[in-house]
Amino acid sequence: MWNRIWAIVTKELRQLSRDRMSFGLIVMIPLIQLMLFGYAINTDARQLPAGVVDLEQSSYSRALILAAEASQVVQFTAQYSSMIEAEAAITRGEVKAVLYLPSDLDGRLLRRRAAGENPELSEPLGQWLVDGSDTVVASSIRGLRNMPLQEVVDQAFVPGSPTLEVVQYFNPEQRTVVNIVPGLLGIILTMTMVLFTSAAIVREREQGNIEFLITTPVQPFELMLGKIVPYVLVGFVQIAIILGAGNLVFDVPVRGRLDYLAMAAMLFILASLTLGLVISTIAKSQLQAMQMTVFVLLPSILLSGFLFPFEAMPRPAQVFAEALPATHFMRMSRAIILRDADIFSLQYDALALLAITAVGLLIASSRFSKRLN
Amino acid sequence: MTRDGTGMAVEAQGLTLRFGHTLAVSALDLAIPRGSIYGFLGPNGSGKSSSIRMLTGLLKPTSGQARVLGETLPGGEEKLRRRIGYMTQKFSLYDNLSVQENLDFVARIYGVPRAQAKQRRDELISVYELSDQRKQMAGSMSGGQRQRLALAAATLHRPELLFLDEPTSAVDPENRREFWERLFDLCDGGTTILVSTHYMDEAERCHQLAILDLGVKRADGSPQALMKAMNAWVIEVAGDNLRELKAALGNEPLVLSAAQIGARLRVLIHKKPDITDPLHWLQAKVGSRSLEFVRASLEDVFVSCTGAHHADSRPEELAHVE
Repeated sequence: MWNRIWAIVTKELRQLSRDRMSFGLIVMIPLIQLMLFGYAINTDARQLPAGVVDLEQSSYSRALILAAEASQVVQFTAQYSSMIEAEAAITRGEVKAVLYLPSDLDGRLLRRRAAGENPELSEPLGQWLVDGSDTVVASSIRGLRNMPLQEVVDQAFVPGSPTLEVVQYFNPEQRTVVNIVPGLLGIILTMTMVLFTSAAIVREREQGNIEFLITTPVQPFELMLGKIVPYVLVGFVQIAIILGAGNLVFDVPVRGRLDYLAMAAMLFILASLTLGLVISTIAKSQLQAMQMTVFVLLPSILLSGFLFPFEAMPRPAQVFAEALPATHFMRMSRAIILRDADIFSLQYDALALLAITAVGLLIASSRFSKRLN
Repeated sequence: MTRDGTGMAVEAQGLTLRFGHTLAVSALDLAIPRGSIYGFLGPNGSGKSSSIRMLTGLLKPTSGQARVLGETLPGGEEKLRRRIGYMTQKFSLYDNLSVQENLDFVARIYGVPRAQAKQRRDELISVYELSDQRKQMAGSMSGGQRQRLALAAATLHRPELLFLDEPTSAVDPENRREFWERLFDLCDGGTTILVSTHYMDEAERCHQLAILDLGVKRADGSPQALMKAMNAWVIEVAGDNLRELKAALGNEPLVLSAAQIGARLRVLIHKKPDITDPLHWLQAKVGSRSLEFVRASLEDVFVSCTGAHHADSRPEELAHVE
């Protein structure tokens, strides 16, 4: 039995090494995607194009505009003379937001000073008109609501200290890339692992090899295992590439123990590979296998907690996402890499991955019958 | 010499295979003696491949059963795996592995011990004249070389029974002749061979054969016996305007087929009691053209067995007779 599995493993490796394109993609996919996503994905919006309607044209209003720009959230690119013009510019998509400063800004400032620290009596100085369709943009602008006024007027207007202070663990500079890189491990591995194995059996079927193979003494389970083992190696190579490059280029630390990470990765790779095998036994052609892979990949990107916090999703979506290997690995990899978590505190996710693997292997082996009809 | 004592490598009763509404194989009975070369002759879609796949356990028959090397099918497939070899119609080894790598893979899958496997591999490479291609990728080889590699792979574990599904469809006539020599060598060594073909000359080389058509076995026996027992007279007509005559004879219910061969028209007439003198009967229909009785060929047997539907639109492959 082990002989036959090993025969299939070496055969797969040999074929893979001869397929230069696939071989190149094993290295290039993680590298390119890491660069692309590492630089591009950013959930705190910066330098949003904004307009200004300054009806006051005083030193106060100019100071306020400068202060808003200094926050780096917005960059003023246009001046409008009225609210109507400004709304039209937002509709056209020219700017994402407009800062509206009324002509009685001076008076408002005075009244605010009179109100002192009594917030009920104070009124807003101006208004942000925001294209709220993108919630990330909207929340970034909302952050400017309590813009510090020190630079605008004197210290007397500083509002009281915040009720609660926030201490940011693990990512004090709040760089998105720190959270993205460990997550990207899960996404890239899902993509290559599921894709490679989903094509594995289908390819043998399409090229006619399967008809010979099933007249030999080889057992379905042996064939399945022999098919996935080579890609475990591929998976580890990709992990090394992503973490190495993530550390060099983006300065993402690996705080946890590498052996814990390797254990978590092993569980995840096995789960993804068996998922690919299940697809492979269902799909009739490589094209179908590809489509089904995308069907797994998209929710893995969107629902696994890679881009959006898992906890913020509605309950049914969470239940669905629990069935995706990426969801569990996302938690484990972030926990180990960023929070130096102990693998034994991640038992739930580890068991979930094991369960997915076991169920997957069972389904794949039972679906792959040694018959053609 | 036999394990089950019957002397039969394959016995089948009522093997039937249905795909949805189509009947691929209908109530096939077979008795294939050990140590012989047995042929399945029929056009594409006649059920040859399906029958072979049922006998190798790849397809589960809808009904009926078979005993192959003493194992009952369906049910005994796994026990059979090591004892049978199967060469598929389409090349089914790996294009991006070399000759040697393909054979090594097959040896390991069949669990041939390492030392023995190497020896066997080298032996096969020399027997099947693949020494020059030893390191060549299978995908870049010629049809004949691939076919020899496929046969080497199918016989590597020395099977008692070898199934060959249209093994010569991708090779030239020269290679086909050589290929058959190799089959007779294997047969001499005690291997039972079941081969499907749509070439008449190949069918004629078999010890026994079954003529399949639309999933039904129309006749079986040795080629000589089949020709002798044919239920039709064969008469060749020489003269002019043969195309016209062929069209006219096509309407005669007792004329099974009329096919032009060079300057003559080969006419098959159904042996029926209402025709006592076929020459006289035909002369009345062909006018002054000359007639001659000729010896039946296997193709005549085939045409008379498969009936009128092949007589006019003779399948392409049957025209390949050398």
